[in-house]
Amino acid sequence: MDDIPPYPPIDPTTFDLIVIGTGLPGSIIAAAASTASKSVLHIDPNPFYGSHFSSLPLADLPSFLSSHSTSPSPPRSVSSEEHHDFSLLGLAARPIYSSIDISSFSPDLIDQFSRKFILDVAGPRVFFCADKSIELILNTGANQYMEFKSIDATFVGDSKGNLLNVPDSRAAIFKDKSLGLMEKNLLMRFFKLVQGHLADEQDVKISDEDLQSPFVDFLNKMGLPPKIKSFILYAIAMADYDQEDTGVCGDLLKTKDGIDQLALYNASIGRFQNASGALLYPIYGQGELSQAFCRRAAVKGCVYVLRMPVSALLVDKDTGCYKGVRLASGQDIFSQKLILDPTFKVTLPSGSSPSPPLQAKLPFFSPKDDRGKVVRGICITKTSLKPDMSNFLVVYPPRSLFPEQVTSIRLLQIASNLAVCPPGMFVLYISALCNDDDQGKKLIHAVTKTLLTVPPPINSESSAAVQIKTAESGCAVQDETAESGSTGPSDPGEGKPTLLWSALYSQELTLGQVDFICSTPMPDGKLNYDDLIDAAVKLFKEIYPEDEFFPQTSSENREDDGDGDAFPET
Amino acid sequence: MHGRPRKAPKPEDEAASAAKAQKLRALQTQFFSFHHDQIYTKEAVELSAKLLEINPESYTAWNYRKLAVEHYLSQPECDPDSVKSVLDDELKVVESALRQNFKSYGAWHHRKWVLSKGHSSINHELRLLDKFQKADSRNFHAWNYRRFVAELMNRSEQDELKYTEDMIYTNFSNYSAWHNRSVLLSALLEKKAEGFLLKENVLPEEYEFIHQAIFTDPDDQSGWFYNLWLLDQTVTTDSPLLVSTWPTCGSDVLIMGDGCQNGSFSPFTTLLSDSGSFPIILYFNQPVEGVNSSTVTIECGFDKNGYLHWEPLSVSNSQAAQVWVAHLKFPTPELDSSVEVRVGHSKGIISTRGFQYCHPSTFSFNVHVQHVERDSFQVSVAESILWREENFKIYRAQSEESIPIASFDQLCIKNGHESTASNWRTEALAKEIECFRELLSLMDCKIGKLTLARLLMAYDAMSFPFATKLVHSEEVLELYNDLMKLDPTHHRYYKDEHSLVLLQKMTSSKESLLQHCFQYKDSVSSVIGNLICLRLNNLSLSRIGAFEKLLWVQMLDLSHNELQSIEGLEAMQLLSWLGLGNNKLGSVTALEPLRKLKSLRVLDISYNQIGDHSIDTTRYLCSSPLSHSVGSELNKDETAIIDAALVNYLEAFYMLKDLNLNQLDIVGNTIADETFKSALVKIMPTLKRLDGKVLD
Repeated sequence: MDDIPPYPPIDPTTFDLIVIGTGLPGSIIAAAASTASKSVLHIDPNPFYGSHFSSLPLADLPSFLSSHSTSPSPPRSVSSEEHHDFSLLGLAARPIYSSIDISSFSPDLIDQFSRKFILDVAGPRVFFCADKSIELILNTGANQYMEFKSIDATFVGDSKGNLLNVPDSRAAIFKDKSLGLMEKNLLMRFFKLVQGHLADEQDVKISDEDLQSPFVDFLNKMGLPPKIKSFILYAIAMADYDQEDTGVCGDLLKTKDGIDQLALYNASIGRFQNASGALLYPIYGQGELSQAFCRRAAVKGCVYVLRMPVSALLVDKDTGCYKGVRLASGQDIFSQKLILDPTFKVTLPSGSSPSPPLQAKLPFFSPKDDRGKVVRGICITKTSLKPDMSNFLVVYPPRSLFPEQVTSIRLLQIASNLAVCPPGMFVLYISALCNDDDQGKKLIHAVTKTLLTVPPPINSESSAAVQIKTAESGCAVQDETAESGSTGPSDPGEGKPTLLWSALYSQELTLGQVDFICSTPMPDGKLNYDDLIDAAVKLFKEIYPEDEFFPQTSSENREDDGDGDAFPET
Repeated sequence: MHGRPRKAPKPEDEAASAAKAQKLRALQTQFFSFHHDQIYTKEAVELSAKLLEINPESYTAWNYRKLAVEHYLSQPECDPDSVKSVLDDELKVVESALRQNFKSYGAWHHRKWVLSKGHSSINHELRLLDKFQKADSRNFHAWNYRRFVAELMNRSEQDELKYTEDMIYTNFSNYSAWHNRSVLLSALLEKKAEGFLLKENVLPEEYEFIHQAIFTDPDDQSGWFYNLWLLDQTVTTDSPLLVSTWPTCGSDVLIMGDGCQNGSFSPFTTLLSDSGSFPIILYFNQPVEGVNSSTVTIECGFDKNGYLHWEPLSVSNSQAAQVWVAHLKFPTPELDSSVEVRVGHSKGIISTRGFQYCHPSTFSFNVHVQHVERDSFQVSVAESILWREENFKIYRAQSEESIPIASFDQLCIKNGHESTASNWRTEALAKEIECFRELLSLMDCKIGKLTLARLLMAYDAMSFPFATKLVHSEEVLELYNDLMKLDPTHHRYYKDEHSLVLLQKMTSSKESLLQHCFQYKDSVSSVIGNLICLRLNNLSLSRIGAFEKLLWVQMLDLSHNELQSIEGLEAMQLLSWLGLGNNKLGSVTALEPLRKLKSLRVLDISYNQIGDHSIDTTRYLCSSPLSHSVGSELNKDETAIIDAALVNYLEAFYMLKDLNLNQLDIVGNTIADETFKSALVKIMPTLKRLDGKVLD
């Protein structure tokens, strides 16, 4: 900690709002508050924007993950110096990632390009052309800082390694080679029913009773065969949990919500002229999104300070109310409101007893975790999973890979035309919800085993990775070797892309919270950002109930939806 | 381009369009004066370009530009470079006009004209087309132009087929694309290009392709149109076939019988003739041209000459017809002779699609002529016919008696038409039937039912030539009944189809046909007493068909049906007695087919709706006598007869003047008042009885 650069003093020292952490929800709130003419200070201890929503060079990813994986380095001693007005609450990072397993199977190649890979920390993630995040991006003008490309297709995978095209539109159903004529008819009629329902056509209204029933029951009622049901539930409505097994299902989709998802998907197809499918991905990776909102905030006067750790919160000795923060530079900055990154944990200064009001509040302020975790995997290959295709999504519905699989696994392949990897290379992002790390690892391994040839590991991983393995999950390597060995004879793996590098980690699902200190949520297990945007809006409303969240300035400024130039391809 | 609601114009828009109109009028006036004075200066030509940019629909301006180009090209100082630049300028004008309105006929036509000069680069055209077809993939102008450019470039049909397929994959609701596919496939099949040698290899794939569209969205019509085209390709044999004749092969024809049945002559083949000749009828499966004395030859004992005048039986006076007739004269003395007719032994009979008749066939029959005193014959046919129920007795056929339809199987089999090749057709139809049954099991679909009905009929017709067995007719009738209920808008069409199937069914076997055969007997008549009357009354028929099996009928009762048209009846050349009472015939022009029935003597059109409507709507639907056929035949002598009394009934005059009727019942029609009746007597001097009253 000796090499901490000298921090320049920040002026002014009082703000309306301090946001710590440049993750997406924090950046949106900073931009919204700045737009509402609040003075905002946005701080991030990292030297880059995006925090847990960032895209990092391959070389930097392991250290970022590991820095948030272990119990924090002992909290810096902030208690030594007593302030006469304030109590100091120490801020420490809390472990977010666990079971980190980084393996390199072709170290030379990876080292050579390690700066050319820009990897999303919270992948796989995409935009639906008509979802809330795209609306927000267009509304706020953040689109001027970003460019997008269309994801070419969606597939549903099975345990044999087949990737079945998801017929998600009229043209796709017509063109599909794997559906029978009856299936085509049933599926298209179902789409028409939904479209008619959404268009408020009287004779095709879906009854309220049906809308309140589980979506899967409604699909059964429509006589859809299992294959089509699976397409609709998991590859279009993007359900996370097994909808057929109500005993296990953590989240049973209602027909109403299913229909809304279909509506979103349908509205997404063809919304932008140069986007062929429903999904979009930003050029240079997902980290661009947080950064775009930060730039948007900066334009409105928000002050940005990166590489600036916060050492403590200042709270009123008497009331226990939040007053300000103490920066690593030692400077105290005051504000009325604070938004905190979810990775911090408040510690009590050692040897001092907090004032009674604070004592009453503290137990409630500990970041709340969602049930379960999300497991993420990043793989690098030199061959596309699907010849002649670059960017696509693959969904493995529950039970498609092994009987105990209760959640959907999603995989996103991104190619060099999205400027996140060198030409001829491909990045695969995989994620699934899980209860614990072991279950999560099993899910990711089931996918890699099905789709990739995993060579025996070479013991030349970066020291960080080795360290992590020995420290936390030494057994992971052995597990993997055993598994890949056993599949050898039955599955020759010929023609499968070879795995060059992989990262596997399990992430806490921390929800945003509103208390005497507000904190933003961690990336969730969804495919798009909509829930996170809802959470950001909610937080903003909480701290500024009087202000409008990004008031619509003038409709003329908005680009016409029909105009495909909103997202020019490069 | 499609499905965009029209917005009401705002006031400022209206003001703008008024200003635009003002400007346009000024331009136009200036332009017309240049055009009138044949001024082709640079300034004048530019003015026309300006005009076209605002209003691409100005045909005169396009024509003016053509004249200007021709004028310029005829100048002596014109060199190749400047020719090219002049034409390139034209292309630019067209392009900006198309940007204004890409559905402008004049602009696309002008572009073709310029390209046809052959000085312009064609490669640019495809790029331009891509742009227009991207903007609106269903723009048929662009598709039309594409075919033109593809031909000019010698682009292969295969490449164009690929392009069309891509367009279909983008959006299969595209009539133009499906149509283009049918055009390209026809060309490839005709050329017998590689991979397109045999229809039977190409069509199954096409069926597979169109099924994807139909099953995905049965409500989309464009796919069904292509499916219909495929069905037509499957069912229609290229080469025309002879389906039936009269007299039938191997039959004994007794002509001018005197009423007493002698020997084994069947009443089905006994013919009364007062003209000294009898007809020979050839019925093909599709309209053909070129039936004449060299393509159809006759060998018989009494007419050494062998020349016969073959006449096409079509109402539209075209030279192509499905039915052809010739009249063979026989000598007055009694005669027993055999006649052999050889059809198509020398080339020349060609279908309207251009395919040769290539199944030479021969049929022969025996003719027995019995002389009857002219006078008594005259009397007999003039006898009053009363279409009364009590006058008809069920006909009991003698066991060995040959009814014409049974004996005809032989000819069909001799044809042996593409017996091996037609296997794939039957198979294709069977597959289609299975496929559409499946679709209908999934959903109620009108066009699906209609298609299944068509398929089943086609299948029966193909499996059992000459429709001697109709396995599916009950199912088809049921389908049409359903459709009439499901889709009342097209009730009439379904009703017509239902009637045709019903007739096919009734004429499919000797047994079922005999149920409708009656003997006419009343207290007074003698001669016709031995004849068979086919009674197809009270069947609620709206249309008639199955003529190929009814060529032998001389007496036909169609009363108490719902006929609005008697189209096709002209094929029944032997008809002498025809009952059409209590139908829905709405005009005199509906009787047009009767003009071809030279032997018709007794006609009952009582209680129809002739004259109900002041405007004859059939004239716009069908070929009209006034539009072509009759007007041209009118000669001076005839115009002389048209006196003041007839002027009001010109149509009736044209329609009825050639009929040699002895008896006519027309009571119960709005038109049939006293004036009309007196006009009728003038039009038809042969008439002996009108509405039961004997005329002087």
